[in-house]
Amino acid sequence: MAGQRTLVDKIWDDHVVAEDAGAPSVLAIDLHLVHEVTSPQAFTGLRRRGLKVRHPERTVATADHSVPTTPRNLPILDELAAAQVAQLETNCREFGIPLHGLGSPSQGIVHVIGPQLGLTQPGMTIVCGDSHTSTHGAFGALAFGIGTSEVEMVLATQCLLQRRPKTYEVRIDGRLAPGVSAKDVILALLARIGVAGGTGHVFEYRGGAIEALSMDQRMTICNMSIEGGARAGLVAPDDTTFEYLAGREHAPEGAAWDSAVARWRSLPTDDGAAFDRSVTIDASALEPMITYGTNPGMGLPISARVPDPDAAGDDSRRRGLEQALSYMDLQPGQPLLGQKVDVVFIGSCTNGRISDLRLAAAALKGRRIADGVRLMVVPGSDEVKREAEREGLDEIFRSAGGDWREAGCSMCIAMNGDQLSPGQYAVSTSNRNFEGRQGKGGRTFLASPLTAAASAVAGAIADPRLLPGIETLAAVGGR
Amino acid sequence: MPDAYEAFTSAVIPLPKENVDTDQIVPARYLKVTDKEGLADALFRDWRFEADGGLKEPTFILDKPQMYGRRILLAGDNFGCGSSREHAPWALVAWGIRAVITTSCADIFRGNALKNGLLPIVVEHERHRQLFELVAREPDVELTVDLASQVVHLPGDEDLPFDVDPFSKLMLLEGTDELGYLLGKAPSIEAWEAAHPPRVDTREHTGTSA
Repeated sequence: MAGQRTLVDKIWDDHVVAEDAGAPSVLAIDLHLVHEVTSPQAFTGLRRRGLKVRHPERTVATADHSVPTTPRNLPILDELAAAQVAQLETNCREFGIPLHGLGSPSQGIVHVIGPQLGLTQPGMTIVCGDSHTSTHGAFGALAFGIGTSEVEMVLATQCLLQRRPKTYEVRIDGRLAPGVSAKDVILALLARIGVAGGTGHVFEYRGGAIEALSMDQRMTICNMSIEGGARAGLVAPDDTTFEYLAGREHAPEGAAWDSAVARWRSLPTDDGAAFDRSVTIDASALEPMITYGTNPGMGLPISARVPDPDAAGDDSRRRGLEQALSYMDLQPGQPLLGQKVDVVFIGSCTNGRISDLRLAAAALKGRRIADGVRLMVVPGSDEVKREAEREGLDEIFRSAGGDWREAGCSMCIAMNGDQLSPGQYAVSTSNRNFEGRQGKGGRTFLASPLTAAASAVAGAIADPRLLPGIETLAAVGGR
Repeated sequence: MPDAYEAFTSAVIPLPKENVDTDQIVPARYLKVTDKEGLADALFRDWRFEADGGLKEPTFILDKPQMYGRRILLAGDNFGCGSSREHAPWALVAWGIRAVITTSCADIFRGNALKNGLLPIVVEHERHRQLFELVAREPDVELTVDLASQVVHLPGDEDLPFDVDPFSKLMLLEGTDELGYLLGKAPSIEAWEAAHPPRVDTREHTGTSA
């Protein structure tokens, strides 16, 4: 085939099943992830039409959104949530879909368990009825969120109707300073391009700063691609990717591994391939980032001051900023550092992996959280929880005055009873600061695990670069 | 499956907000349903109601009596961003909304809307501004949405053309859905699968988890 192709082009071309004039492409899906919230109506649709799941062995389910993070021996008290989880169990049993449900040692947030089980692999097409499916792009997979009608289509046909997305190169060069992490990179990108900047596009993250990141950190960045309007965000697979995958439960073995790696090595974007758009960010100039408003694009370097709506330019932007500051009860020009917080949430598909917990624990070790602050640490999966406990991280969180919970989406989406009270302020390592996202009337500052931990100790938004020993903290993490 | 999408005439619900996310359209606590019933009550819930269940003061635009029965929502830029929840278009349609006029729609929301008989109409910023001015001047002005000819008829002889994906247009006008089309592709799918071995088996456990 003539011409240089991007990573996205290659995956796309590999998966086109059919193309009719005037119609979207029929795109084959390699892996379909299912959770309790966006799937029930899809299974109902299958039953109504008398259809089966075409490939239950390319489908995998877990319960994460509406599940409590209280001890697993307690029942789900919320009747609706209990019914939804029970419905998922019934659907999986009836249609033959493997379920990593409550009580399973592999239960967890769908975007944490896919990679952890080795199901997420380079070059795949991966979908889920969940916008943070973009997480899996960290492995060089084309992974994106879909609606429930599309969940039904994939269950029935293992295919989707899609138009080829435009490509958007996000180049991150330079080196991150100590105390600045992947979360700060993505928040800086969102502050730069806005929450609609990537609409119609797929991001490809490239450059030295991206190559230097661990898989966990790459996942943090790809996870929030959707917050920039891009359905997917990818990183080219490399040795870091292969090292992460080797030996995982569903990763290929032996000769199959060798041929898979050879195939994966052909995926990266060809030299000279063209992107539809491009942006470059200098990693070495980045500070820890924090949001001040009600969408993830409303972010600032942590030492900055809240912007003034009157300086916003156009009317609609000014109105948006005024509404955001009114909801957040923040004043134009006030510093963010020192802003009082009530709750600190560490977890979610953005920052609930083991390296995130290691960073937070390193920052909290031997310290106590401020009086009046509630610290909630929620591992992204049961496996992350076990690993953290093996390493004694749970003890560090508890000794600091924090609450160590079972795995789930928890306060990121506040469906399960873990939520803010009206008016409360939270520093959260999750992905969305929308009005009411973490509980009706709650106010969210999005930040990294290090910033969250530093803020828990201070009882107010705090700069993680001032933590003692920050130079060595930044090295904590792992693959 | 939605009914065939026919031309209709309606006054407009103006919602001059940018970046309306799907958490505002349907808050997450209403996602615990296993069917599509009752979502009209959840629509814009936290902008409409106080914690005690009473309507907010001042009343949110949707609950002003003159807005009842209106089928066109005129919204700000980047409507429907955030979560992939299809509950958002389900709730809008349950309320009676059939078209959202905006300057841009989030990708997942747009796809979800088109599958549920909700037409996203994307217009240029200047026309968008003029529409808000028109509605401010004449709050009860009626527009006619004609998908077949891809035009919104404005008062007088003015027509506002809009783009729509030709395939989605066909599906909407026929009241059919994409699954039927995909099921018809079974021979192509079988041929593709025969030539492409599966990447993973989710049931098979090959080793121990690292």
